[in-house]
Amino acid sequence: MIALAGVGYRYAGAAGPALLDIDLELRDGEVVGLAGASEAGKTTLCLVVSGLAPRTVGGQIRGQVTLDGEDVDAWPMHRLSQRIGIGFQNPSTQLSGVTDTVFEEVAFGPMNLALPRVEVVARSWAALDLLRIDALAERDPRRLSGGQQQLVAMAGLLAMRPAHLVLDEPTAQLDPAGTRMVGEAIERLAADGASILIAEQKTDLLASICSRLLVLDGGRVALSGPSAEVLADLELSRLGVAEPSEVRLRRAADAAGANVARLAGAFARD
Amino acid sequence: MTAIAAVALGGLPGPIILVAAAVVLPAMAARVLGRLVRTALLLALPIAISAFLVNLFFFPGATQVLFRIGPIVATVEGFGFALEILIRILAISGAVTLFYLTTRPGDLTLDLERRGISPRVAFVTNASVQTVPALVERAGQITAAQRARGLDTEGNIWRRVRGIVPIVGPVILGSIAEVEERTMALEARGFTRPGRRTLLWTPADSVRQSIGRWLMLAALVALIVVRLTGVLG
Ligand SMILES: Nc1ncnc2c1ncn2[C@@H]1O[C@H](COP(=O)(O)OP(=O)(O)OP(=O)(O)O)[C@@H](O)[C@H]1O
Ligand SMILES: [Mg+2]
Repeated sequence: MIALAGVGYRYAGAAGPALLDIDLELRDGEVVGLAGASEAGKTTLCLVVSGLAPRTVGGQIRGQVTLDGEDVDAWPMHRLSQRIGIGFQNPSTQLSGVTDTVFEEVAFGPMNLALPRVEVVARSWAALDLLRIDALAERDPRRLSGGQQQLVAMAGLLAMRPAHLVLDEPTAQLDPAGTRMVGEAIERLAADGASILIAEQKTDLLASICSRLLVLDGGRVALSGPSAEVLADLELSRLGVAEPSEVRLRRAADAAGANVARLAGAFARD
Repeated sequence: MTAIAAVALGGLPGPIILVAAAVVLPAMAARVLGRLVRTALLLALPIAISAFLVNLFFFPGATQVLFRIGPIVATVEGFGFALEILIRILAISGAVTLFYLTTRPGDLTLDLERRGISPRVAFVTNASVQTVPALVERAGQITAAQRARGLDTEGNIWRRVRGIVPIVGPVILGSIAEVEERTMALEARGFTRPGRRTLLWTPADSVRQSIGRWLMLAALVALIVVRLTGVLG
């Protein structure tokens, strides 16, 4: 379990804090969504949760980030990365850029861990199978579509066998086909019981995979709770988050229903 | 294929007539001669032509006149020296191109690591080798984008130079901005772990390749010694 208690964070040289007073628990096997307008702090929170901020990014942190009760500061990054995997928006910057096949790319992480060869190979195949991209194993990762590259990047994370996965807008830079491909893969992972924290603008995807949802606004938690409740909250659009299509439809239907009732009443009076 | 890779690995761009032995023959063996000639010429042509012309016409202290075009005089010494320069440029571009065409960067890294180079150094070597085509591609994209917005990258030289300025910025800034993201992605995959990594396989390296490398190295050393003593004596 990852727990944040009263966490605040400020980038080096920034005028104000990017995160304020964040309390968050990510239990094992739980999928939690992170929504919020642009600049709300989603990426920053992902970096803090994964231990990359302030460690690699710099800046100042307050409060506590713990992993299974231990302070994450105490963990060297290569050990932390076996507990928390983080994926980013841009598919191409996540590839190591030094491998010629998808298989080697996925094996890159386990190789860094100096695992025995058989273990590296087994983990890489397992990750490729899990995301159903084993057919791409021999392809050049640089020549894949954005959606395929994003899946390869995720497989590379899964091969580290992290207990938790943090994904920062994994579909933001993808075309509709790539978005669908990656979205379906995440849905399958979620259904398999993976622990995921996912930042995402596409609330339809959040609605289908998250049990809980957090909406950030100006670095603070504006809404939090079971995803169905949060997604039905009337504040949502004011916070710069699009309502999922289901909620929109229901609202439209309700409005239409009210009109029908009024019409019916009008006819009845005649 | 990999035989040639190893040969190229050991071979520093050997001067002059080595081109035939160290570039053309191996390229034929690896069946990349056509692509080699095309790429190497493209790479070398601008420098080669200007170096050739400068030397042909402006070789200092030359006396023997080859021919004249108006006030400009082509000299025999200049012509000889220009030829020498030309073959050297071709040798360098040929060797570099041969290396690119026959060596998978992955093989190079793997081999460096196997020989005990730190994974980080190997990674940087590999990344630099691979960055060149990526930068070229990116420059191409940005040029196209800027041109679509009316930027002039054709026409006379001055306009072209001015046209390059708005392209250089995005190319370099874009790659800097990506660096932080790449760093984080590498850290997220345990790259900063100290010590050796697992290597998935050992690149094929035969006795013949190894003999070839040592022979080339010996020839290189011999050549340098001969030249130095020749000059000194
Ligand atoms: N490297 C940085 N240095 C300084 N300030 C930063 C840095 N990165 C982000 N910020 C600031 O921190 C705040 C939160 O940004 P963040 O990137 O976390 O937002 P986000 O919710 O991920 O937005 P988006 O939807 O655009 O990805 C913003 O005000 C942003 O300007
Ligand atoms: Mg973001």
